[in-house]
Amino acid sequence: MGAGHGHVLHYHGHSVIHGLPAHAKLIALLVFVAAVVATPREQIWAFAVYAVLLLLAMAASGVPAAYLLRRMVIEVPFAIFALLMPVIATGPQVQVGPLRLSEAGLWGAWALLAKGTLGVGASVLLGASTEPREIVRALDALRVPQPLVQIAAFMFRYLEVVLAELERMRVARESRGFQARSVRQWPVLAATMGALFIRSYERGERVHLAMLSRGYAGRMPFAEALSASRAQWLTALALPALTGLVAIAAWVRMAA
Amino acid sequence: MSTPVLDLRGVAFAYPDGHQALFGVDLHVHPGERVALLGPNGAGKTTLVLHLNGILRAGQGSVTISGLPIRDDTLLEIRRRVGIVFQDPDDQLFMPTVRDDVAFGPANLGLTREAIEERVDGALRAVGMLDFADRPPHHLSFGQRRRVAVATVLAMEPEILVLDEPSSNLDPASRRELAEIVESLGVTVLMVTHDLPYALQLCERAVILSGGTIVADGRTSRLLADPDLLARHRLELPFGFDPQTVPPPRG
Repeated sequence: MGAGHGHVLHYHGHSVIHGLPAHAKLIALLVFVAAVVATPREQIWAFAVYAVLLLLAMAASGVPAAYLLRRMVIEVPFAIFALLMPVIATGPQVQVGPLRLSEAGLWGAWALLAKGTLGVGASVLLGASTEPREIVRALDALRVPQPLVQIAAFMFRYLEVVLAELERMRVARESRGFQARSVRQWPVLAATMGALFIRSYERGERVHLAMLSRGYAGRMPFAEALSASRAQWLTALALPALTGLVAIAAWVRMAA
Repeated sequence: MSTPVLDLRGVAFAYPDGHQALFGVDLHVHPGERVALLGPNGAGKTTLVLHLNGILRAGQGSVTISGLPIRDDTLLEIRRRVGIVFQDPDDQLFMPTVRDDVAFGPANLGLTREAIEERVDGALRAVGMLDFADRPPHHLSFGQRRRVAVATVLAMEPEILVLDEPSSNLDPASRRELAEIVESLGVTVLMVTHDLPYALQLCERAVILSGGTIVADGRTSRLLADPDLLARHRLELPFGFDPQTVPPPRG
């Protein structure tokens, strides 16, 4: 199968951030994102502070900026939507260069871009500094319902198996002269996806049988629970705590 | 004679779509035996295997493991006693690390953490994979994954080890290593295969399953030396292989 080592997202390292327990980091991410989203968009200075805080955390992780930036490309579709908003939104308009843009649309685009980028940046940092299986353990430690944890665990475990299967099917297809050049070849690709779905479904059944054969009765026995010391919690929550303070200050200034 | 580990009487089974796979199978395996279950593709081998630990329930007949009949309230104990190693290790290994995966069975048995660790170390040592305990299964070679799959079952300390096509997709060295491991374990083994030389190497006794019934039962060397019997049931020796020239299995 020749599975590559490591994972697409995770960047191996030994920084403070890498060393924090995954469930503390996950909580930190949630609080950070909640505080960012709750901040009124008119308080532009607050977002500047958030960006600085997040950049400091990224620097502390030791993950190269280029690595994080490449992974933030996932935001592009949302960014395109954000850039369209000033053009398609209605209401009072302002003149920006040669264009007349909607004022509400501009604010909407700013809010979406700023909050989205901060959220994606923080999530990418979590992904880069935490192994996928640690995130699964974190979900378990945080009492996320078992079915959801197990779905995540299985997705992580079988992603490479399914991708390798897809790759073998592609090689087999192309070995028989197939080239996906135009829309006319789409039925072949659709058939591939269908076959992959059936195979994955059947594999799921075989995995389930193998689990039953070893006495599985609905709950996943995880070897040991995650634990975090007080110092680790404090370190992990430093970023979201500062973010929360800034968010409160932003609301107070709004009200004033 | 002692109580058979595996005692199948008249096991018949039809799938819900009406396809009948087993037509009354009788099979006894005694403690310490290594028995090869031979049969062509589609003979019902895998269906039979799934009856051994109650995944499938016989429509007629009975399956008894060391005197314990398969019932709803005995299922967990049955699954401890019968360890099935499935053909594709990727179906068997699903936990993030080798250690977690081997611990999965013992944990389901409700053992204490110390006992689980002991079982995991013992099982991984038995298959020579202790050094790989903290690796994710999908980073191992196919032969290594098959050995870990054997360990996942050994950790439950089964009374009978059922190997479904253990030699499939293995290179000759991995195949020999697996044979050495199976010989070193000293447990009762039912090996399901159509790899006849492997059956001859590891199992003194063989049975042939064909058309959903047991059609032959005897010494492996005798069954393999009967070309008519093999031909009738779509079994073939590899080119140039003469079972008469092979020394008898050890153990």
